[in-house]
Amino acid sequence: MLSKVSSALRGIGHRLIDRVWRFGSGARFFVYTLIYSGESFRRLHLTIREIYFTGVMSLIIILVSAFFVGMVLALQGYNTLQKYGSSDAIGVLVALSLVRELGPVVTALLFAGRAGTAITAEIGLMKATEQLSAMEMMAVSPIARVVAPRFWAGVISMPLLAAMFSMVGVLGGYLVAVPLIGVDNGAFWSQMQANVDWRVDVVNGVIKSFVFGVACTMIALFEGFDAPPTAEGVSRATTRTVVNSSLAVLGLDFIMTSFMIGA
Amino acid sequence: MSDNIVEIDNLSFGYKGRLLHKGINMSFARGKVIAIMGGSGSGKTTLLRLIGGQLKPTHGKVLVDGEVVHKQNRHGLYLLRRKMGMLFQFGALFTDLSVYENVAFPIREHTDLPESIVRDLVMMKLNAVGLRGARNLMPTELSGGMARRVALARAIALDPAIIMYDEPFTGLDPISMSVTCNLIRSLNDALGATSILVTHDVKEAFSIADYVYIVANGVVETEGTPDDLRKSELPFVHQFVHGEVDGPVPFHYAAPDYKKDMLRGHDAE
Repeated sequence: MLSKVSSALRGIGHRLIDRVWRFGSGARFFVYTLIYSGESFRRLHLTIREIYFTGVMSLIIILVSAFFVGMVLALQGYNTLQKYGSSDAIGVLVALSLVRELGPVVTALLFAGRAGTAITAEIGLMKATEQLSAMEMMAVSPIARVVAPRFWAGVISMPLLAAMFSMVGVLGGYLVAVPLIGVDNGAFWSQMQANVDWRVDVVNGVIKSFVFGVACTMIALFEGFDAPPTAEGVSRATTRTVVNSSLAVLGLDFIMTSFMIGA
Repeated sequence: MSDNIVEIDNLSFGYKGRLLHKGINMSFARGKVIAIMGGSGSGKTTLLRLIGGQLKPTHGKVLVDGEVVHKQNRHGLYLLRRKMGMLFQFGALFTDLSVYENVAFPIREHTDLPESIVRDLVMMKLNAVGLRGARNLMPTELSGGMARRVALARAIALDPAIIMYDEPFTGLDPISMSVTCNLIRSLNDALGATSILVTHDVKEAFSIADYVYIVANGVVETEGTPDDLRKSELPFVHQFVHGEVDGPVPFHYAAPDYKKDMLRGHDAE
């Protein structure tokens, strides 16, 4: 009995130490990425190429999702607002929901699933096929050549994708609210213009999506770089990318929202 | 300048409390092809990684061109690595780059040469391995032997002083094997380089190597020219060189008594 308890405690301890160790490795990896970023800026074409793969190639899923999210928001919002006779405020509801929360958060979740997994799998396979070792042996830093361009591509792409998400979401909301339900066109846009604040709503949304960009891209890169060089290792790393990125996005969103609302 | 471009001095290396190498001494003379041989899992590839500075020794040191590898900072290590070229077991070509771009990669990374000269250099290296005509192919379109030849062209792109080969003959058909064998020798002599060949293919290694080290159980079991080793009467060397099934290296992995093991039944596991 005692031995079972002690082995269970030992197991918990090992897992805890392992987590702390991995967190430390991740932090060191992040610092190295920042240090080597200068080298990657000198080879800007690498970052631009990665913006295409992570940002442009994610556009379809982001924009289609945004359109549907906007339409559903308008339907649900109208359903509730009309009970209080304020269905004209539907434009504000759609815009604020998207710009403040759904734009940055849903974009980050979709980004983790679409681009994050691709980054992890690519880097994990590069490691498994010794491409990263080959680079090291050619006196070329894989962090400067492979990691940093992908990191900055993710950080640059995320706010732009979130902005496009919000824009297309508003368009989706408009199509449902105005032509379909019959909310007044002028009220829809003028209420939105009057109640969406540049600093409090738009800038805070951009700050959120920037932070999510750093978190999601860094998690994807670290998981790929740290993956055991086997098929199973890469597969587990890809799963961890989605799980950890999603949890990080939701956790960070709560923390940032508390600060932004409190400020 | 020392006659030896690489020296391994009393090197021990291990991880997770287990020593893989226990006091290894080796020296690699300039201009020679030297083979490091031994069974699977004897730490041959690890030795290459220690020479390349990808791993740090537990004790002892590796000297490359008179410099202690593990004492170098990142900049010093990268300067040392520019004297080395390494051919990985399966080539390790960058799958997002064409054959041409793979070979041009180290040239572009380390020089500011104009594109016309980069092209000339790449063509010369690809011609040396017989694959000038394959320059526009992607790595996925190459056979295993071709991929390894492209990787060899990339490894020699900057005319290194040391070329390291990690199991260059694994999984090759007889023709590709002969081609690779001849290339290793001819490129070594043409470049005036030193080649370190890690392999367990006795016939091929003995046909091109000037000197051979055989490692087993973490130590250098024996060393000498291929002719010396063919004549060796040491039991392990005899078993290894002639590929005998049983000998000092047993057929069975260490296990409890067979009869007792069977009688214990499944529940005892």
